[in-house]
Order: sequence, then structure tokens, then C-alpha cells
Amino acid sequence: MSSVALSKAEPVAGTDPGTGRGPARPRRVALVPTLTLLLGALYCLLPVAWVVIASTKSGNELFSTFTFWPGTGLTENLADLNAYRDGVYWKWMGNSALYAGVGALLSTCVSAVSGYALAVYRFRGRETLFNVLLAGVLMPPVILAVPQYLLLARADLTDSYLSVLLPQILSPYGVYLARIYAAASVPPDVVEAGRMDGAGEWRIFTRVALPMMLPGLVTVFLFQFVAIWNNFLLPYIMLSDDEKFPITLGLHTLLEQGANTPALYTLVITGAFLAVFPLVALFLVIQRFWNLDLLSGAVKS
Amino acid sequence: MRYTKHRRLVSSAMAVTLGATTLAACGSSDDGGARSGPVSLTYWTWAPGMDKVVDLWNEGPGKKEQIKVTVKKQASGDTLVTKILTAHKAGKAPDLVQAEYQALPTLVSNDALADISQDVGDAQDEFADGVWQQTTLGTDAVYAVPQDIGPMMFYYREDLFKKYGLTVPTTWDEFADTARELKKKSPETDLTTFSANDSGLFAGLAQQAGARWWSTSGDRWKVGISDGATRKVAEFWGGLVEEGAIDNQPMYTPAWNKALNTGRQIAWVSAVWAPGTLSTAAPDTEGKWAMAPLPQWSEGENRTGSWGGSSTGVTTDSGHKEAAAKFAVWLNTDGDALNALAKESGIYPASTSAQLSGAFTTPPEYFSNQPDFYEKAAEIAQTTAPSAWGPNVNVAYTAFKDAFGAAAKKKSGFVAAVEAVQRDTVADLEKQGFEVAP
Repeated sequence: MSSVALSKAEPVAGTDPGTGRGPARPRRVALVPTLTLLLGALYCLLPVAWVVIASTKSGNELFSTFTFWPGTGLTENLADLNAYRDGVYWKWMGNSALYAGVGALLSTCVSAVSGYALAVYRFRGRETLFNVLLAGVLMPPVILAVPQYLLLARADLTDSYLSVLLPQILSPYGVYLARIYAAASVPPDVVEAGRMDGAGEWRIFTRVALPMMLPGLVTVFLFQFVAIWNNFLLPYIMLSDDEKFPITLGLHTLLEQGANTPALYTLVITGAFLAVFPLVALFLVIQRFWNLDLLSGAVKS
Repeated sequence: MRYTKHRRLVSSAMAVTLGATTLAACGSSDDGGARSGPVSLTYWTWAPGMDKVVDLWNEGPGKKEQIKVTVKKQASGDTLVTKILTAHKAGKAPDLVQAEYQALPTLVSNDALADISQDVGDAQDEFADGVWQQTTLGTDAVYAVPQDIGPMMFYYREDLFKKYGLTVPTTWDEFADTARELKKKSPETDLTTFSANDSGLFAGLAQQAGARWWSTSGDRWKVGISDGATRKVAEFWGGLVEEGAIDNQPMYTPAWNKALNTGRQIAWVSAVWAPGTLSTAAPDTEGKWAMAPLPQWSEGENRTGSWGGSSTGVTTDSGHKEAAAKFAVWLNTDGDALNALAKESGIYPASTSAQLSGAFTTPPEYFSNQPDFYEKAAEIAQTTAPSAWGPNVNVAYTAFKDAFGAAAKKKSGFVAAVEAVQRDTVADLEKQGFEVAP
């Protein structure tokens, strides 16, 4: 699998798509694919719409009025959420931002370095290492949470910010993506040219390869950010102090308050609604990096 | 391409270690067992507002005794038991945990809860025997102090019962007749629903009928889930669902809330904590409900089951078990503490003297039409049948949801479902290495 991906990723400069295809045919709307896509979009967006609308409903309206009819309680819900245990929600939001932001950044750095090394250097055991990594991709992180807890407990690190950050820094999937991307976007000739000019390996990596890999690394960052933001089990096992909880855990405690206390649905829904914004903002801000094509012009054949 | 040996080493090291170094352990430190001087305890609990109750301790008796308790709020449920056991495996469980009664055997069989019988004094006198027995597991040890209980009761829409000309059933036979009568008078209205999702409810109903799902004989566990009492309960509810006399939709869903709020379902077999649930599920019907004792299996009988309730346990990992037990006793027997618990956390106390004092002298707001709500509740609590939990309640509950969920969908085979639960529970006990009596 890996060799296919790599061989396909050999130099691609010079192939320019879109020419010599004959006269353009009149455009037809492909009905079936369009409909399928629309259905898919609807399927993805309906729950979001539900959260948006439900967050405007007061407790009384939530289950009694028509599902997709906005209610009148948004400001009240926001005020309640803000007031809940002296604004602990914002603390959770900050924690989530910290875990996801710092974690994704560190994870991207590690992935970039490891992926680059795996793609560019040839050394004994490289393929074995890579295959082990692939096995790591297939291993769901859920399975690892408990062993990681026991490991960190030995180091006396549980119930700390580090306990959630550390296990998420090494992401097999991130390393895998970075390797594929480095192989595709950093031509060996460029590395060789750098060496001829007398640059050290570290300098070649940071000054030459890294900018070329940037769009791929942005993808790694985003993947990892979303994964950490949505992660539940790892922080659930690691943390016991609710001041350190991320949003996922915090909202869970609002739902599971024991049998004799009703779940705080309106707060949870409003909280989930607000928690979507940072992700949307992140995607909008970072999106433009995907369009950068730093590869063009690096190698002339 | 050629690489020098040095380069090769560096590069492979780069790929391997950069990820791994961050995980390197930095040695563990000892907890240090200072016996005298101030003691600091951590407490895992899900009760809302518990931090405020604990503040009372920290500023009052705790200050005198130099025992400071810190609350770490958790989410309730079976997953918390798993979390406690995981922490216990690492020797890092908190000093104090809140645990539901049915979770106690699981925690004890994993050696997570300490025997605090030497440290609880005469706390036993504060509780009904049936309640206390759940924390001793029938031994001389004491593994927790009871906090709240959930005696089961029958809730019904007073106004709609009048409208449809129904009387409050006192036996389950009458209950069935009431359901049928209602169906005749108003086909789109259901008396109630039998939810296949709520194992706790079914366990409580079986308990009322006299079932003992787990018991010990000698060194062996005996599982009695498929015994006569449980079968009777399963047949009863399965029959009602099958003939369409009651609904079979799950509880705690938006649809269920709506059904309660709009009067499509007019009764609910629940427990003492129902007012809290009803106030969010059916906010428009405040003041229209009333509470009565659970229907009985035979006339003149007076028994109820329990659904919910929890206790405070001290873990074996705690370095200060005596201090922790002292706090657990204070929290669940002291008048001020229980009053604060009722006010902040909305619990119904296990302590018999607290059931009629302080916060429980006036009815819950939602039931302001029933001034003697808590007097009645206290009477009903006295009639709670003994319960019998085993070390794998969570497995039985999961099996229940699977088997009864399938049966409810098909509207048949509740007895077969009971047998499936029995099979799965026994199989799991054996797999865990317990001896099981046939």
C-alpha cells in the first residue's frame, strides 16, 4: 500500500491536465450524483441545524414546541451557561483550546520531523518502522487510553494537563500523512541541491522542505486539532479534577448528574452550540493554506 | 543517494525517539504517610452542589479535625465504576467515592473499597435495616455509608384520572385493568410505557416482587434472575405490551417528554426523585400529578422496590481511611449536612430521621398540590424490600437492555429475555473466575 502511494508520488511537474481532450461538450447536470451529494449534505447539516435551533429554546419549549421552530430562550440559555458554577464552561472551553491547540501543534511538529525522515532518508529498518506505524494507524486510540493511564500513573502525571497532552503528541496517522506528503512534495533533487550548496540536514529540513510540506502539515494540524477537541475517553480516564476538563467531559457531567437530578439539556445544547464556533473559525482561517502550491517552480525538468 | 553512517543514525533516531522521549517517565514519588497533622482528602462525586456541602465540613467540623475534603465532580453511571477501578489498578483512586448500591459488590470484589466498620461508630442506627444491609453485603464489614435512596412509587395525572373515570390501582391486576380501561376510553392515550432501556426500573420491580438476583451460598454466587418472581414481573409487563394496553417506547427521550407533557401518557412508575425529572420532562403539567404507593402483587401487601440511590465509600487506596470514614459518616448523618444535600443536590436522604425534617417538611414545588408528599414518601421508604446485588450488575444490565430491547420491539418473549439475562450473567461470573452455584 505504501509503495504504491510512494511510486505514484514521484515527480509530477510537467503533466498539465485539461488539454487535448477534444471540444467541450455542453454541460449536463448529473442528476444522480448531485442528488446524492445533496442528501449527504442534508444528512450532515440537519443535526447542526437542530443544535442551532434547539439552543434558542428555553427549557419549557425544548421538547414541547415544533423541532425546527426557533424558541425565545437563547439569551437566557447563554446567561445560564455563563452563570453555571461561576462560568466553569469557559474554563472548559479554554482547556479544550489548550489541549487541542498545543497538542495539535506539537503533534504536527513531531509528525513533520518523523514523516520527513521516513520519506527522505534511507536507513535500516525504515520499512519495518513504517509498517509498525501503519499498524498504529489501525489501532483505535480508545484501546490505548487505559494502558496510557497506567503508564502515566507510574510517572505521577495523571490528573494534570500533561496527562492529556502527552499521549496525543505522537499521532501515527499524522506521521503517516506527513511521510506521504513529504515524499510527494519534497523532490530528492531539491534535498540534494541543498546538500551541494553546503546546507546541513536540519537547515535543509527547516528552510527547504518544511515550506514545501506546509499545506500537508496544515492538514495534519487540522486533523489532530479536531481529533483532540472531540476526544472523550482519554481525558475522561486521565482527569478527575473538573477544573481541568475539556468541553466534551464538562458537558457530559451536565448530562449525567445522577438519577435524582434532571439532566441540564438546555445548558448542554447551548454549550455544544458554542463549542462548534472555534472549529468553524479555525477551518475558515486555515483553509487558505490548502491553496498554496509551493511546489510549483521548485524543480524544472 | 548515499548517506554517511552518522547521518543514517541521526535520521533513524529522529524518527523513533522524537515521539517517544516525550512519553518518558520521570520517576514516581511516594505519597508519604504522615499520620498526624492536617489531612487532605479527595472525593469523587456526581451530586450537583456537593462542593457547597463539603464547604460546610471544611469550615466546621473538618477545620477542627484538620481534615480537608476536595470535591472532584464526576459524571454518574457505570462508566464511573470503570474509572474508579482503572484508577485503583494504578493505586490512584481518590480517598472517597460516591457509588450506587448496585455497584458496591463490583467495587468490593475488585478490592477497591475499604472495610470501615471500625470507624463508623453507631451510624447504623440512622438507617433502615434494608438500606444498611446493602452497604455490608451481608457480611460483618461495612463498605460504605448510605447517602440517598430511591423507593419506588406510582405517579399519575390526578386530573386526567378523574376525567377518564379511573381509580388509582392498588394491585398490579388493577393496574392492568386500568390500562385496558383507558385504552377503551381513549385509544390514543397510554397509561404508561414499559421501557426496555431502563434495567434499574425492572430490577426495582422484580425486587418488589421478592426476587433476589444475586445471593451467596457458601463460597459460591447464586444467580436468581430467571426465578419465579422475576418471571412473574416479566410476564406481566410483556403481556401488557403484547396486547397493546401500554406503550413500549423508551423513557427519557424527547418523545417521552412530549407524551408526559401533553397527557398522552398519564402515569409513571418511578421513584421518589420523580418530581425533579417531571419538572423538566413535563413542565406544563406542574401541580396536576399525584403520588401513590406502588401497586402490590397481592392485596394487603405493602412492599416497594428501589430504583437509584447511592452511598459514600472509602477506597483501599486512601492513606487516611479513618479520616475519610469520619467525613462519610458526617456527610450522611449530620442534620445540617443532609439539609444542605437536599437543598443543593436534591437528594432524598437514606437517613430516616432526615426524611421528615428540614427540607422535607414541605412538598416539592412540582407537587405543591400534595402537601403530605414527603410524609407519604417516608412511609413508603419503610416498606422497601431487601435488595440483593452481585459483582456483575453492569453485565446483567447490559444483557437486559439487549434482550428486552429486542423483545419489546417484537412485542413478545419477555420470559425468554429474562432467561437470556440469566445465562449471560452466569457466564460472565464464571468467566471472571467466581464459583457459581447451579
